[in-house]
Amino acid sequence: MIEIENVRKSFGPLEVLKGINLTVAKGEVLTVIGGSGSGKSTLLTCINGLEPIDSGRILVDGVEVHAKSTDLNKLRQKIGIVFQQWNAFPHLTVLENVMLAQVKVLKRSKQQAEAEAAKQLNHVGLGDKLSVYPSRLSGGQQQRMAIARALAMSPDYMLFDEVTSALDPQLVGEVLDTLRMLASEGMTMICVTHEMKFAREVSDRVAFFHKGVMAEIAPPEELFGAPKDPELQKFLSATH
Amino acid sequence: MFDTSLTANDLIFLAQGAGMTLVVTAISVFFGTILGIVFGVFRYQVGPWWAAPLTFVLDIFRSIPLLIQLVLANAFVTTVLGIRISGFAVACGVLSLYTAAYCAEIVRGGIEAVPQTLRRAARSLGMTWGQDMTSIVMPLATRVALPSWIGLALGVMKDSALVYIVQVVELLKSTQILITRLQEPLFLLMICGLFYFLISFPIARFGGYLEKRWSND
Repeated sequence: MIEIENVRKSFGPLEVLKGINLTVAKGEVLTVIGGSGSGKSTLLTCINGLEPIDSGRILVDGVEVHAKSTDLNKLRQKIGIVFQQWNAFPHLTVLENVMLAQVKVLKRSKQQAEAEAAKQLNHVGLGDKLSVYPSRLSGGQQQRMAIARALAMSPDYMLFDEVTSALDPQLVGEVLDTLRMLASEGMTMICVTHEMKFAREVSDRVAFFHKGVMAEIAPPEELFGAPKDPELQKFLSATH
Repeated sequence: MFDTSLTANDLIFLAQGAGMTLVVTAISVFFGTILGIVFGVFRYQVGPWWAAPLTFVLDIFRSIPLLIQLVLANAFVTTVLGIRISGFAVACGVLSLYTAAYCAEIVRGGIEAVPQTLRRAARSLGMTWGQDMTSIVMPLATRVALPSWIGLALGVMKDSALVYIVQVVELLKSTQILITRLQEPLFLLMICGLFYFLISFPIARFGGYLEKRWSND
């Protein structure tokens, strides 16, 4: 379970998170929508401790992320994150990309890591690209590789930060299909996205962020069908 | 046709000089690179403010002519400190620091060239700072830094000619000795140049080979 309690965060004079309260249960798929600068991406990077917070706290399975005593490297093994910019390690093959952290962090043997990497890459449809370098992959394939790389760490939670925003339109579908598959398998996911149709389909709940505040959170039928917040109404009519 | 009093023994004498050039260069580049990596990582990691004293010292090594550094270092160590030490040791010490000063900048530039987003991705997978450094940053920074580093190594090899001032007989000094004796400056300098080429060329080609191999990925 991820518990976010009254989290505030500023970049200089700009407050990007103004007291966020949110709980994500095991197995839940939460999508976060909102305009740019609404703080939704920042929240994700705070959850796995890549960004410090100013006040409040975030608990992952009861462990406080930003406590001094928390071993972040250990906690991050539980929380996979995939970013907007696909971050393939260019000097490693696709297979090695997915093996690296397993060997270094989880101390798996080369054989174990390779088997797991091959399994995950097959799972995301890259089984025929194992020995290829990332520069030979399309953006969509690189992004799926990044997803496989995170999944190979056997995380309990997956965070997706606008993973389709930097892709060519014709490549968006294959990545969203991968996310749908994960959701159907019961992975606990928080997806920051601009893909409204996708959010409506896969989410258990959808949260709308506006100017650092979570303005509304509801199941998709309710949030898209009968939005209460006036900013959300404006946002939805602009994106439809 | 062509007439010279150069003997086989003289050629061996030149080859020994070339050997000395190679040894001084190898030692200096080896220790200079290790020091340069340490300094470069330190400068990147602590930021310009805290690294300012180190940067200042390295700037001194980069901006004062090597010849002056060698003479002053030699005088300082032998006369002021009163340590009995060979010219060879002084030469290697000064050249190592000289190499380190340049190498630190190359290393820092290489590290800065690694995209921050890649490092975030590595850390988000639970990798520690050290694992990120050794598995991601160093391999990628090396690719960026290699051409400059090869240039530095070749430069140090040619600059090592200046260590004659602390009584180390390397390639150029050997040539001068022969010139004084044989009075055939142009011919001997050509041979000397050939020797320099023979030791530089493999280094340059090796660098080219590595660049080509790494460009596949």
